[in-house]
Amino acid sequence: MPDSFFTASPEWRWWIVFYFFVGGIAGGAFAIAALLRLFGREVDRPLSRLGYYIAFPGSIISGILLIADLKRPERFWHMLIQSETFAPAFKWWSPISVGSWGLLLFGLFSFLAFVGALAEVGILPRGLQALVQGGLGAAVNVLGGISGFFLAGYTGVLLSTTNRPLWSDTVWLGLLFLLSGFSTGAALLILLSWRQNPPALAWLKELDAWVLGLELVVLIVLLATVGMAVLRPVLFNAWGVLLVVGVVLVGILVPGLLHYRPLLGRLTVPGAALLVLVGGFVLRVVMLLSSEAA
Amino acid sequence: MAEPMGFFTDTSVCIGCKACEVACKAWNQLPARNGGKVPLTGQSYDNTVELSGIQWRHVKFIEQFSPDRSSGRWLMMSDVCKHCVQAGCLEVCPTGAIIRTEFDTVVIQSDVCNGCRACIAACPFGVIEINPETNTAMKCTLCYDRMQAGMVPACAQACPTHSIQFGPISELRQHAEARLAQLQAQGVTQARLYGHDESILGGLNSFYLLLDDPEVYGLPSNPQLPSRNVAPSAGLSAAGAVALGLLGLAGLRKRRMDQLAAEAREQQEGDGSHAG
Repeated sequence: MPDSFFTASPEWRWWIVFYFFVGGIAGGAFAIAALLRLFGREVDRPLSRLGYYIAFPGSIISGILLIADLKRPERFWHMLIQSETFAPAFKWWSPISVGSWGLLLFGLFSFLAFVGALAEVGILPRGLQALVQGGLGAAVNVLGGISGFFLAGYTGVLLSTTNRPLWSDTVWLGLLFLLSGFSTGAALLILLSWRQNPPALAWLKELDAWVLGLELVVLIVLLATVGMAVLRPVLFNAWGVLLVVGVVLVGILVPGLLHYRPLLGRLTVPGAALLVLVGGFVLRVVMLLSSEAA
Repeated sequence: MAEPMGFFTDTSVCIGCKACEVACKAWNQLPARNGGKVPLTGQSYDNTVELSGIQWRHVKFIEQFSPDRSSGRWLMMSDVCKHCVQAGCLEVCPTGAIIRTEFDTVVIQSDVCNGCRACIAACPFGVIEINPETNTAMKCTLCYDRMQAGMVPACAQACPTHSIQFGPISELRQHAEARLAQLQAQGVTQARLYGHDESILGGLNSFYLLLDDPEVYGLPSNPQLPSRNVAPSAGLSAAGAVALGLLGLAGLRKRRMDQLAAEAREQQEGDGSHAG
C-alpha cells in the first residue's frame, strides 16, 4: 500500500472546492484582462474591465470561503500575523502560508483595477482611471496578473504539499489547476460578453481552445505518473467516472469541439463556455473529494 | 536546548492493557468519544479505534491468526505522535501554532491554531486530528507540562510492562539496540527497529521495536516531508504561467498582423480602383 494511505483526512470539503473554483476563475480572468490591457487595443478595454469586475468580487468570495472553512474562523488573521508578537507570519516553503499572502495581494491589485475600471466608465471620479491606465495602470496589471496566475495555480501546489493519496503522489496538480483556472476565467468572460461580441472574443475563444487541449494533456500525464497503486483505490470508482464524463468529455472535449463547429447554432459560444465552467468545477470536486474518500 | 527526549516503545512486551490511553486521557483532561457512549467495534478487543484530537495514545490490536484460528498471535502497539526530527506538521503550519520545544519534541499551541488542518494532511502517520471541544488540531505533547516539571509523561509512568520507555533519545537508542540483539539471539528474526536512526524523517523521537513489517502496524515504510513536492510543483506551475502568457501574446500578435494585412489589402484595393 502506498505510504499516502497511512494518513488522516483534513476534511477539506465543499468550502474548499468552491474556493478553488472561484479563486481559479478570479485569477484567470484578471490574468486575461491584464494581457488585453497591456498588449491589446483600446477597443478591448470593455472586455478587460469585465475581467476586473470578475476578479475583485472573486477575491472577496475566496477570502470568505477560506475563513468559513477554518475550524476557528475568528482566528483567520493568524494566517498573516503572529498572534503573540504581531510580526508577519510567513513561511515561503508552506503553500498555505504563501497562498494567504498571495490572496491578500491579489485582493489588493484586483481592488485597484476594479476601482480604475469603475472610474473609466464614469461611476467613480475620472482621476482614478490612472489605476488601469498609463504607468500606474501597467504596474497594477503586471502585479495583479502575476498574483492572478499565482492564485489559479498555487491551490494545486498546496494539495501536492501534503502526504495524502493522489494529491501528494503527483507534482502536476498545480499546473492542472492553473490551466483550468485560466480556461474557466476565459469561459466566464466569454459567457458574460458574447452578446456584445467584443473584438477580442475570437482571440479569447481560440485561447480557451488551446488551454483546454493543454489541460487534457496535463491531466493524462498526471494520471499516468500517479501509478495504479494509487489510481485503483482513488479513481477506479464513481469518482473516476465523474472525471471522465464530467471533466474530460463535458468540460474539455465537447467545448473544444464547439469552439470549431457551431453545433448548437446561436448558443454554441455560451454553451461551450458553460460546459468549460462545469468541467472546471467537477475537476475540483473530483480531485479534492476522491482523495478525501480514499 | 535541553537534551532531546522521547519514547522508545517496545511492542514485544505490550499486553494491550491500555493503561497508557487512560493515563493520557486523565492527565490531559481529554473527553470521552461520543459522550462516553461508545459502541463495540468488533475490531479485535479494540474499542478506542484510532488516534484523534481527543485520543493521543492508542493501543492497536493486530490479529494474525490462521484461517481456522487454531494458531495465531496478537501484535499490540501503543501508537502516538512520533515527534519527528523533521516534522511535516511543523513545516506546513501557517500560523506558527506548531513549535519545537527545548526537548526536541513537537507541540501544537491550542491558543494559536485556527483549525486550517494543513498539519493533518501533512502528517505522514495520520496522528493529528481536530479536537471537537476546542476546534483546534491536537495530538500528544509528550506531556510537555510534566517534562518541564521534571516528571515522566503520564503514559510511560502508567505502562506496567515498560513497553513505553521515556528518557534521553541517546539512552533509549542504546536500550533499543540491546533489546533487538536480545530478541534476535532468541530467534525472533522478524524483530526490527523503526525510526531509531536518521533514515526516517531525520529520526523519530518516538520510535519503535516492531515484530513485523511497519505496514502491518499501520506505519508507512518510507514517510516523507510534504515539502518534497513544493519545488517541482511550483516550477511546473510557473512554467505553465509563462506559457499561457506567451500563448495569449502570440494570439494578440496574430490578430494584429491579420488586421494590418486586411488594412493593407483594403488600401491596395482602394488604390487599384482609383487607378482604374
